[in-house]
Amino acid sequence: MRNLRRLKSWEGLLLAILVVVVVNNAVQSPVYLSVENQVNLFQLFVERIIVALAMTFIIINGEIDLSVASVMGLASCLLAFLHEQSVPMPAAIVVTLTVGVIVGAFNGFWISVVGLPSLAVTLAGLIGYRGVARILVEDRSIGNFPEWFNRLGQQPLLDPLPLASIIFFILLVVAVVVLQYSAFGRYVYVIGNNREVARYSGVKVRRVKMMLFIASSTIATLAGLLLAARLGAVRGSTAEGFELDIITMVLLGGVSIFGGSGTLVGVGLSILLVLNLRNGMSLVNITSNTQTGVIGALLILSVLIPNWTQDARSLLSRRRRTGHTPVTGEEKGG
Amino acid sequence: METLKRYLRPEQIRELSLVFLIVVTLIFFGTQIEGYFSGRTFNRITTTVAIIAVVAVGETLVILTRNYDLSVGSIVGFTAYFVGTQLANNNGIAPLAAVLLAVGVGAMMGLINGVLVSYGRVPSIIVTLGTLAIYRALLVNYSGAKTVTTDSLPQWLLDLARANLFKIGELDFRLMVGVALALVVIFQLVITYLPFGRRLYAIGSNPEAARIAGFPTQRIVTTAYVLCGMLSGLAGFMFLARFGNITVVAAQGMELSAIAAVVVGGVNVFGGSGTMIGALLGALMINTLEQSLIRWLQISEFWRDALLGLLILLAVATDAVIINRLRNLWARSGLQARPATETPGVQVLEEAGHDA
Repeated sequence: MRNLRRLKSWEGLLLAILVVVVVNNAVQSPVYLSVENQVNLFQLFVERIIVALAMTFIIINGEIDLSVASVMGLASCLLAFLHEQSVPMPAAIVVTLTVGVIVGAFNGFWISVVGLPSLAVTLAGLIGYRGVARILVEDRSIGNFPEWFNRLGQQPLLDPLPLASIIFFILLVVAVVVLQYSAFGRYVYVIGNNREVARYSGVKVRRVKMMLFIASSTIATLAGLLLAARLGAVRGSTAEGFELDIITMVLLGGVSIFGGSGTLVGVGLSILLVLNLRNGMSLVNITSNTQTGVIGALLILSVLIPNWTQDARSLLSRRRRTGHTPVTGEEKGG
Repeated sequence: METLKRYLRPEQIRELSLVFLIVVTLIFFGTQIEGYFSGRTFNRITTTVAIIAVVAVGETLVILTRNYDLSVGSIVGFTAYFVGTQLANNNGIAPLAAVLLAVGVGAMMGLINGVLVSYGRVPSIIVTLGTLAIYRALLVNYSGAKTVTTDSLPQWLLDLARANLFKIGELDFRLMVGVALALVVIFQLVITYLPFGRRLYAIGSNPEAARIAGFPTQRIVTTAYVLCGMLSGLAGFMFLARFGNITVVAAQGMELSAIAAVVVGGVNVFGGSGTMIGALLGALMINTLEQSLIRWLQISEFWRDALLGLLILLAVATDAVIINRLRNLWARSGLQARPATETPGVQVLEEAGHDA
C-alpha cells in the first residue's frame, strides 16, 4: 500500500514537471502546441517509444534488455540487405520479422534456460547484433526502398497519424490490458518481486521470461522496420545508442530497476516528458549531444530521487519509534 | 588426474585454455596471411592491447565488486581530448604534469560514478549508462567540434608513443606496453595480497555478507571506481600519445572492448572472481582477432563485432556451465592446492579477522 502511494506521488511529480516543460516550451515558440508540431515531435521518437513499451515489461520482470537498439539496427540493415538482393519487399519484411523472433528466442534461451544474467547476454547481443548488421551493409548506406514503403514511414495514414503512431497506440492498448488486467501481467510483477516465491507458487518463470524476451526482440525488429521506412536509408550505425533513451523513459516512469513495480501510466508520462524536454531544448538551440547528456542525468536522477525519499522516510520512521531499526529493502549492485 | 587437480585450479585451467586459444588463433592466421609473423604484427597487437589492458585492469576492479563501469570509453575520450588541448595550447607543460592531469581528471569522473553507485545506491549500470552520455556531452561542448591535431602537440609526446623499452630482433617492446604490463602485475598483486584487494572479492561474492561483516563496502566500491577512473585517465593519455589526432568521438565504444576483454578473460560478471592476468589475456585474445581480421582477405573486417559478441556470450556460458562443474569436482575431491577462490568471501573474512 505504501508502495502504491509512493508511485502515485512519483507520477504526480512527473505530471507537474511535464506541465512546467510544456508551458515553458509554448511560451518559447507559438507553433509549439500546434497539432503538426506535436505529431512531428512524436514521430521523431515513435520507434524508441514502441520499444520502451516492451522494455517496461522486461524491467518490471527484474531483467534488462540492452540489445534492443542493436536489434533495431539489425532489422533495418537486414531489410535493406534483402531489398538490395532484390528480394520482394513483403517477403523481406516477413523474413526480417522472423529473424527478430529467432533473435529473441536466442536471448531468451541463454537467460531463461541456461540461466545466464540478462545483463551479460544482452550486452553480448548489443555488440554482436550490431556486428551482424555491419556485416550485412558494411560501410554503405542503403536506400531506394519502394515508394509505398517510404510513404508508410513518412506520410500520414489516418490523418494526421502515420502508421508508426497507429501501431504505437494499438500496442499501448495491448500492453495496458496484458500488464494490468491479465494473469500474465500479474506473473510479470510477481516474478520481478521475488523469483523464488513465484516459482514455488507454480508460475512458469522460464516460460514467462522466454516470452518476454521474444516479444522484446520482435517489437524492436518492428520498430527497426518502421525506422527504416521513416529514414528512407539505413547504415550500419542506424539506431545506435537508442537504448539510453529507451531505458531512461522506462525508469523515469517510476519502474523499479530491481523489478516488481511500475505502471504504464508512469511510463507514458515519462515518455511525454522526455519528448517535450528534448523538443524544448531543440527550440533553444541546445545540440543533440547535450540533450543526450541531459537525458543521462535524468536517468540517474530517476533512481537517485526515489532512493533519497526512501531514506528520508525511513529516517522519519526511525525517529518515531526509537530503538527500532527499520528494515529497508536495500539492494546493491546490478 | 589427482596430481593435476592438486596443482591446477579451475581458474587456471580457464586461463591456460585462453592461452591455448590465442596460440591457435595466431597459428591459424599465420597460415592464412602472408608475412603475418613479423615485427609489424607484433607491434600493432601489443600497442593496441596496451591501451585496452589499462582500461581493462580498472574495469576488472569494478566488476570484481559486482558492479559495472560503462563510462570508461567516455572518460578515455574526454581525458585524451582535454589533455591534448592543454598541451596544444601550452607546449611547455611538463610530461609528468600532463600525466597527472589525465589521471586526476579520470579520478574525478570515477569518483562521481563511485559516489552515485555506493552512497546514492543507484545501480551501477544506470549510473554509468548515464555518465557515459554525460561525459561525452561534456567533451562535445568543451571541444566546440574542433579537433586536436598531431602537429599541435609537443614533440616529446609523439616520441613517447614510439619510445622502446628494448628490442629483440625486429620485435619492438614499446615503453607503453611495459607500463601496461607493469600495471597488470601491480594490480594482480594488489588483488591477491592486500586486504583492499581481498575485500573487492568479498563484496563481489556477497555484498550483504560483506556489509554485515563490517567492511566499509561503500568506501571500497568508491575506491574501485576512482581507481578505474584513474586508469582510464592514464589510458586517455596513452590514447593521445598513440593517435595524436583526437576528435570528439575518440574512444567511443571502448567500454565495450574493455568489458569484452574482462569477460572473455574469465572475470565473473556476477563479481567475486577473476584475475588481472585473465583480463590481460582476454584483451590479447580480442585484439589479436581484431588486428588479424583486418588483414585477412577471406572475410571482411566488419565481422569483428559479431565475433566479439559471440566470444563474450561463449565466455559467459563457459563460466556458468563448465567452470562451475569443474569447481564442484575440485571441491568434492577435497583437494585444494591453495585456498579456492570459489568462496573468496569466506576466505577473506578469515583474513580480515587476522588483520583487524
